[in-house]
Amino acid sequence: MVKPIIQKLESQQKRIDHYYVKPGDKIEVHSRIIEGEKQRIQVFKGDVIAIKNGLNNNRTTITVRKSSGGFGVEKIFPLHSPMVEKIQLVNRGKVRRAKLYYQRLRKGNAAKIKPKNIW
Amino acid sequence: MAAGLIGKKVGMTQFFKEDGKLLPVTVIQAGPCYVIQKKEIEKDGYNAIQVGFERKEKKTKKSETGHFKAAGAGVFKKLKEFRLNESEIANYELGSEINVSIFQAGEKVKVTGFTKGRGFSGVVKRWSFGGGRKTHGSKFHRRTGSIGQCVSPGKIFKGKKMPGRYGNERVTLKNLEIVKVIPSDNAIVVKGAVPGATGGIVYIKK
Repeated sequence: MVKPIIQKLESQQKRIDHYYVKPGDKIEVHSRIIEGEKQRIQVFKGDVIAIKNGLNNNRTTITVRKSSGGFGVEKIFPLHSPMVEKIQLVNRGKVRRAKLYYQRLRKGNAAKIKPKNIW
Repeated sequence: MAAGLIGKKVGMTQFFKEDGKLLPVTVIQAGPCYVIQKKEIEKDGYNAIQVGFERKEKKTKKSETGHFKAAGAGVFKKLKEFRLNESEIANYELGSEINVSIFQAGEKVKVTGFTKGRGFSGVVKRWSFGGGRKTHGSKFHRRTGSIGQCVSPGKIFKGKKMPGRYGNERVTLKNLEIVKVIPSDNAIVVKGAVPGATGGIVYIKK
């Protein structure tokens, strides 16, 4: 059981602006990267293949997968981290599963997630 | 020396700092504590204040109510003394409240608690011995092994690491950083782990 004080502390750290992310979504993650004293923003564009550690806390992470030069690249972002500047939705995907690990076995065109039609 | 607080371990979670660092933190419900008694050097041989934590409403004994009468703040379940200077004691009034506002984020504190009792444990758990192989015909798995030599020295040295009662031991951690103070919930958030189980009593000192 989660204690009310802890729940409160965690919910204060949550970023409500990221709540719409769902598995299968194609998103752009703008993350802050600190190099020495300089700061820059790196964009990682890919499909959300997993959301882990639950949604009712500040520990939620998303796994974003993209194909880069024929190699699959996955990056795990803490969803509520202040280092994630913003997340932009490109399109929703038409998927039937919460964890899309089958994507790791697919290549090329087969690895594409069909966009969901939103009327 | 400043007065500390009696608290209760609420549990652990994680905390994002503004620079993006993710810290493992422990939430402690600390205080409010009330000054029950002042101990003075002339009368008691030392200077200290005695504070109480967690009001006790049911089943208070006559001797208890008598002890708490002078402070007039109610009867408490937990008592603890904090040694102070003579001049510092004058700052505290009987029955006055001490709460988390004595701490600030970024400060370093000492946290004392009793570790989880593990009962009678073997050497692998208690002293982190390596143990033997589990397979390949080995008959030596988690045993103690040799505990000494033969005729010379002809005895087992004192303090030899052997199985026995483990845990339930008073442990003080120093230099724990306070990440956040939450006055509305009477809670403080410290970086890292704190001895004891969730719900266990801990003492926090500056």
